[in-house]
Amino acid sequence: MIGIINYGAGNIFSLTAALDRLGLQFDMVNTEAELESYSHIIIPGVGHAGAAMQKLRATGLVEPICRLTKPVLGICVGMQLLTAHSEEGDSDLLNIIPLRTRLFDKELGIKIPHMGWNTVQHQNNLLFQGVDEFAQFYFVHSYFIEYKPIFDIASVTYGNRFSAAINRDNFYGVQFHPEKSGAAGEQLLKNFSNIT
Amino acid sequence: MLSKRIIPCLDVKDGRTVKGINFVDLRDAGDPVELAAQYAQQGADELVFLDITATHEKRKTTIEMVKSVARQLNIPFTIGGGISSVADAEALLSAGADKVSINSAAVRNPQLIEDLAEAFGVQFVVLAVDTRQIEGKNLVHLNGGRLVTAIETETWIKDAETRGAGEILLTSMDHDGTKQGFDCTLLRKINDSINIPIIASGGAGKTADFTDVFLNANVDAALAASVFHYGEILIPELKKELKAHNIPVRLQPDRIIQ
Repeated sequence: MIGIINYGAGNIFSLTAALDRLGLQFDMVNTEAELESYSHIIIPGVGHAGAAMQKLRATGLVEPICRLTKPVLGICVGMQLLTAHSEEGDSDLLNIIPLRTRLFDKELGIKIPHMGWNTVQHQNNLLFQGVDEFAQFYFVHSYFIEYKPIFDIASVTYGNRFSAAINRDNFYGVQFHPEKSGAAGEQLLKNFSNIT
Repeated sequence: MLSKRIIPCLDVKDGRTVKGINFVDLRDAGDPVELAAQYAQQGADELVFLDITATHEKRKTTIEMVKSVARQLNIPFTIGGGISSVADAEALLSAGADKVSINSAAVRNPQLIEDLAEAFGVQFVVLAVDTRQIEGKNLVHLNGGRLVTAIETETWIKDAETRGAGEILLTSMDHDGTKQGFDCTLLRKINDSINIPIIASGGAGKTADFTDVFLNANVDAALAASVFHYGEILIPELKKELKAHNIPVRLQPDRIIQ
């Protein structure tokens, strides 16, 4: 059963609706003790990364999340929280995966936010099992995670190449919204639930 | 590569879709959930629901409709119509809408754009603008196009971007309903002056109109209603045609989940 970290960073109606459609059970995680009850953990998140980090700190769940050994999936800002730092509000984050979250560069002639469906080049990773080689996912964000091959499991190009998905040990993050990414997104959520 | 988006627009009233819908295999053409699912299946990249519910009380049914759509739909959707406060927007976003579109209320109270962007982030705020040319000037129109203002469209859109609009939905009333193609000249001019995504609306009549607006105005998305509702343009065929012109699109179908 999936536990969703409930820290007030954005509404999660679409995420829970997607899990419902897939027949995946879930509930909300509010306390450290509740973390124990679930086999998988999702950290959702939209909005400002710095503000999201403050809200997460306020729950007292930062240390317990860092110690988790079960599969954890951060989505969008939830993924950015896994990194060391974001240029958004010059914020220190969880530093579970030592990467930087950076602002898109207008000088590259791109519109900000990066909004819409983009082609994701994924590696041979459990999270993307059964997902078409050139599948597209739905992105909405103004900050991106730098591309470092060691933690990258899927990359995407918008202005420059950056990480669409990252992984270190049991921690996974996706920049796009699987709950809004059609069948490919649903496959990814299902894959996550099957990771042991 | 980021795909150009194809967006069907549905009018809803009291929680039901209105206007002639002509899908043969729909059990209930007035059911927004079924219609939305059908469009998603066809490969629509996003949907826009325009709520034309007249009375405030009945807007509760809109919230219920948004929830039902969000439960079933696996692509993003925007809802617009009658949103004039942060509370209005919050109710829709909590019900599962991905973005809200504001129009007249933002012109009357531009601070609304800032308030929404501050509360939810710029990516939630779509500014819809209805424009018509009068004596050589493109002027913003309100109340579904019935009321002309003295505000120049380009000035207003640039102001809105500064205030925190995350996307522009620009409808040319001169082209809307004509089926003679989008207003590429205006769209290109506006597109060149802003750095947020722009959705072209008004005038779609045939597949070539979409090719034209992507190639000549370089917009991020194109929206249409009747050509999709009446099945005059089928989305899979439209996308094939766009791809043939090297316009990046997302092709369906995705593989079915095992």
